[in-house]
Amino acid sequence: MSDLTHPADSAPAATSKRDAAGETAAQVTKAKGSQVTAQAVTINKPVAEVYGYFRNFANLPTFMENVERIDVHDQKRSHWVVKAPGGATVEWDAVVTDEEPERFVAWTSEPGADVPNSGRVEFRDAGKRGTVVSATILYDPPAGFIGKLVAKVFQREPALQSRRDLNRFKQLMETGEIATSAMNRQQHDEGKNG
Amino acid sequence: MRALTWHGKHDVRMETVDDPGIVNPRDAIIKITSTAICGSDLHLYDHFIPSMQAGDILGHEFMGEVVEVGPKSTLKKGQRVIVPFTISCGSCYHCNKSQFSACPNGLPADNQDLGRQGYGHEMAGLFGYSHLTGGYAGGQAEYVRVPFSDVGPLVIPDGIEDDKVLFLTDILPTGWMAAENAEIEPGDIVAVWGCGPVGLFAVQSAFLMGAERVIAIDHFPRRLELAARFGAETINFEETSTYDALMEMTGGIGPDACIDCVGLEAHGGFVDNIIDQIKVSTFLGTDRIHAIRQAIIACRKGGRVSMPAVYGGFVDKFPLGALMEKGLTLKTGQTHVQRYTHALLNAIVEDKVDTTFLISHRLDLEEAPKGYKMFHDRQNEWTKVVLKPGMGVGKEAVAA
Repeated sequence: MSDLTHPADSAPAATSKRDAAGETAAQVTKAKGSQVTAQAVTINKPVAEVYGYFRNFANLPTFMENVERIDVHDQKRSHWVVKAPGGATVEWDAVVTDEEPERFVAWTSEPGADVPNSGRVEFRDAGKRGTVVSATILYDPPAGFIGKLVAKVFQREPALQSRRDLNRFKQLMETGEIATSAMNRQQHDEGKNG
Repeated sequence: MRALTWHGKHDVRMETVDDPGIVNPRDAIIKITSTAICGSDLHLYDHFIPSMQAGDILGHEFMGEVVEVGPKSTLKKGQRVIVPFTISCGSCYHCNKSQFSACPNGLPADNQDLGRQGYGHEMAGLFGYSHLTGGYAGGQAEYVRVPFSDVGPLVIPDGIEDDKVLFLTDILPTGWMAAENAEIEPGDIVAVWGCGPVGLFAVQSAFLMGAERVIAIDHFPRRLELAARFGAETINFEETSTYDALMEMTGGIGPDACIDCVGLEAHGGFVDNIIDQIKVSTFLGTDRIHAIRQAIIACRKGGRVSMPAVYGGFVDKFPLGALMEKGLTLKTGQTHVQRYTHALLNAIVEDKVDTTFLISHRLDLEEAPKGYKMFHDRQNEWTKVVLKPGMGVGKEAVAA
């Protein structure tokens, strides 16, 4: 399924019982991070459409809950502003290290990042099922005061967060909207959901 | 608006809450004209389903008039619609296979974790049925917000009264799918556990699908009477030993298909049920599964077991050996309502299916708490309760 495969079998490296982060990092260009999370989702849309929406990084905050905004500087460089608990934010510059249109895009954070991270998102044409999107993210748990604040977001349940983000991406692409149980606009804007 | 809200075990109240409004482009707002209390609402009332929160608005069987539409809705103001209890997008992998109740797109991403942890996969979004299924406000209210209103709601032609079509929202398709899952062949003998609304619709559906005989099992005389009205033979499990009776009535072969329309709160003082009850009350288990155990044990070798009944968690003493050794097929699941609504509406219009016989009581929405209590406490007489906003408090209508 993923190009980042385990040496022993055909499963993704990030699902290894031994050294998931190490095995994955070995395959990611300019990898940064000692922790790994990987998720896959099937989106019932053509790969060109799915990749096209994702590759315009300015679109990502529509379904990535914690990403406040992304300033796209050029084809390679972008600046990420991510919400942290207590109203704080963490920031980093990201640079695309490798990519192939409609197949994958890999990135790494630049020196000075609040949360050093790198990763790779793969897009695979799955025929009638649409497109399989696999996201593999390596990251270093943050340290210090800010680290404690962002731990909730990045350390405790990073797998949960990325899965939720991918599921929102799927909903947006397949249905044109993101599911919410808010009863009205006001509840929605106040963040009530579920 | 006014709405029926859940506050804890056996505690539901009418309260004034926020009005719903359009949030997403495919939404519609429906003004409720009729809404029923479902047997599965009693699982919430008894607090058997986890992830309920105080103030949740219940109700997943409802219909009404379209009063507001989002820019991507295909409905028009003024149309009368029934609304399936499953919130399905109509375009994902599962919806394309007509497995609407497996659709992941109606469930907010934040609510998907519980299902993933408990069941391996997220559930579908449902109206008014805990936060495991999305925490959506239900339809036991004056108004409701309906997502994906271009997919689920079915427009009802003029001249057909609410009571005839209301059950298209859940229990009629559920009874139908239960019979379909039993893969009934002409000449079959079918046994149905539980003569609540779903069981009674399963009885009718089984006959429509060619069953030669249907044997209905319950302990409420009024419910067995209703089953008999549709031509079913009956077994009152308090008077009769069910397994022995089934074996005799089928000439020692056993029923070709067995349908469990009871679920996780099985009644009866059977040994396994009492053990289950103790375990449930001490949190060592979550479900009382007497009915499905008995269905598996009674089913003929090579037969089919269909389980529309609701189960929520883990069980023990499940007769897995009997399932395998006898070569049974077990089919189950939340109903793919949207798959059946058009065909069943036609069946109603052509008088092939009787729906209104079920309704024992009609109450004003304001009297919903009383409706829950009576439906729960007096299941023999209160077979189905329909709530109608604006009908008038104290004008309770009881079926003849």
